[in-house]
Amino acid sequence: MLTYFLCLILFCVGLYAIVRKRNIIKIIIGIIICEYAVNLFLALFAYKMNGRSPIYSPRQEIVNMVDPLPQALALTSIVIGLATTALLVGIAIRIYEKYGTFDITKINRLKG
Amino acid sequence: MKAKNNSDNKGMSLIVKTVTRIFVGLILLYGIYIVLHGHVSPGGGFAGGFIIALSYILFMLAFGKEEILKRIPERMISILESLGVIMFLVIALLGFSGGYFFYNWLPKGMPFKLLSAGTIPISNVALALLEVSLGLFGIFLVLVLLKFAPKKDLEKDEE
Amino acid sequence: MLEINFLLIFIILGALVAINVKDLLSAVVAVGASGLGLCITFLMLKAPDLAITQLVVEILCLAILIRATARDDLPFSTSGRWLFNTVATCLFLAVFLYAGYQALKNLPVFGSPVMRVSEFFLNEASQKTHATNLVSAINLNFRAYDTLGEATVLFAAAIGVMSVMRKKARKKLGEKDEG
Repeated sequence: MLTYFLCLILFCVGLYAIVRKRNIIKIIIGIIICEYAVNLFLALFAYKMNGRSPIYSPRQEIVNMVDPLPQALALTSIVIGLATTALLVGIAIRIYEKYGTFDITKINRLKG
Repeated sequence: MKAKNNSDNKGMSLIVKTVTRIFVGLILLYGIYIVLHGHVSPGGGFAGGFIIALSYILFMLAFGKEEILKRIPERMISILESLGVIMFLVIALLGFSGGYFFYNWLPKGMPFKLLSAGTIPISNVALALLEVSLGLFGIFLVLVLLKFAPKKDLEKDEE
Repeated sequence: MLEINFLLIFIILGALVAINVKDLLSAVVAVGASGLGLCITFLMLKAPDLAITQLVVEILCLAILIRATARDDLPFSTSGRWLFNTVATCLFLAVFLYAGYQALKNLPVFGSPVMRVSEFFLNEASQKTHATNLVSAINLNFRAYDTLGEATVLFAAAIGVMSVMRKKARKKLGEKDEG
C-alpha cells in the first residue's frame, strides 16, 4: 500500500510540473516523470512476493514466477515514451526557432 | 588513410577516436547478440535495437556529424524503418497459411536453442530494425535542427 | 520490501530536484539519475527485460534532451499571479491524491497479484511457443496485436519527426524565393 502510494506521489510530481511550469523543457520533463510513474506502477502490480523472473532455466525448475503480462505491456509503453519525447523535443526546438524563447506565456503574447 | 586525414580536424581528440574505433564494433556485436537471443534470455528486439542505435551515436559523438551522414544517409534509415514494419506485417500475414493472423507458422524446435520458438526470433529482428531507425531518427532530428539554431540567435541579438 | 520504498523515495527526490532547479542542464541530469534509479527498481522487481530497455532508452532520451537544452535561455519568470497559480495547482493535486488514495484501497496487497489471465500464460506459453523468455513470448506471439499497434505508433512518430525536419527544407526554399 505504501509502495503504491509513493508511486502515486511520483505521478503527482510529474503532474505538478506539467500544470505549473512555464518552460517547455520543464513540461517535457514532467511528461517523462509521469511515464516513469505509469511504467513503475505496471511493474509493481506484477510483483509477487519472493518471486522469480519469468524466464525458464535449463538446469532447474522455476516456480513462483512474477506476472509476465504487465511487464510485456510496460515494455511497449517505455518505447512509445521515447518516441513521444523525441517528437516533443523536435516541436520545442521549432518553437524556439520561431519565437526565440521556451516560455509558453511569451509565445501567446507574440502570436496575438 | 583518407578517412583518418579527414577526421583529424573534426570531432574529438585522437584518444577518444582510437578508443571509439575499438569499442563501436563490440557494442554493435552486443546489440546483435541481444536481439538474436531475445527468446531465450532477457533482452529482445526492443533493447537490442536501441543498443545498436547507441553504437552509431557513440560514433557520431566521436567523429562528428559529416562522417555518419556519409555512412548512413537519411534515405537509408527510412528504408530500414519501412522494412521493419513490412517484415512484421508479412510474418503476421503468413500466419494465414496455418489458420489465423499471427499464427506461429514456423517449426518450433527444441527449447533453449537459438533456432526455436517459430516466428519469435524473426519478429525480434523486425522490431529491432524499427527501433534502430527510430533511435537514429531521434538523433538526426537533434543533429539537423541544431545546425540552424545559432543563426537565429544571432538575428535575435542584432534586433 | 523496504529497499523498493527507499528506491522510490530516491526517484521522487530526483524528480523534485529536476522540476525545481533553475538550470535546465541540471534538471536534465536529475531526470537521468531518477531514470537510472527506476532501472534498478525494475531489476529488484524481477523484470530484467524492462531494466535493460529502461537503461538504454534513458541514455538515448538524455542525449536528445541535453542537446536540446545546451543553450542559455532564462527559464524562470515569475509574474503577478504566482501565488494564485501555486495555490490552485496544490489544491488540485490534493484532491487528486485523495481520490487516488481511495482508489488504491481496492487494489490487492502489494506482493500478491491477481494473475487470472497470467495463469494461462504461465502454464501453457512455454509448451505452445517453445520460447523460454515469457515476456518475449507474450509480446510477439500471444498479444502480438499490441506490438503491431505499437509499431504503428512508432511509425507515426517517425513520420512526425520527418515532417518536422522537412519543414526546414521548405522554409529554405521560401527564403530563396524571397531573395
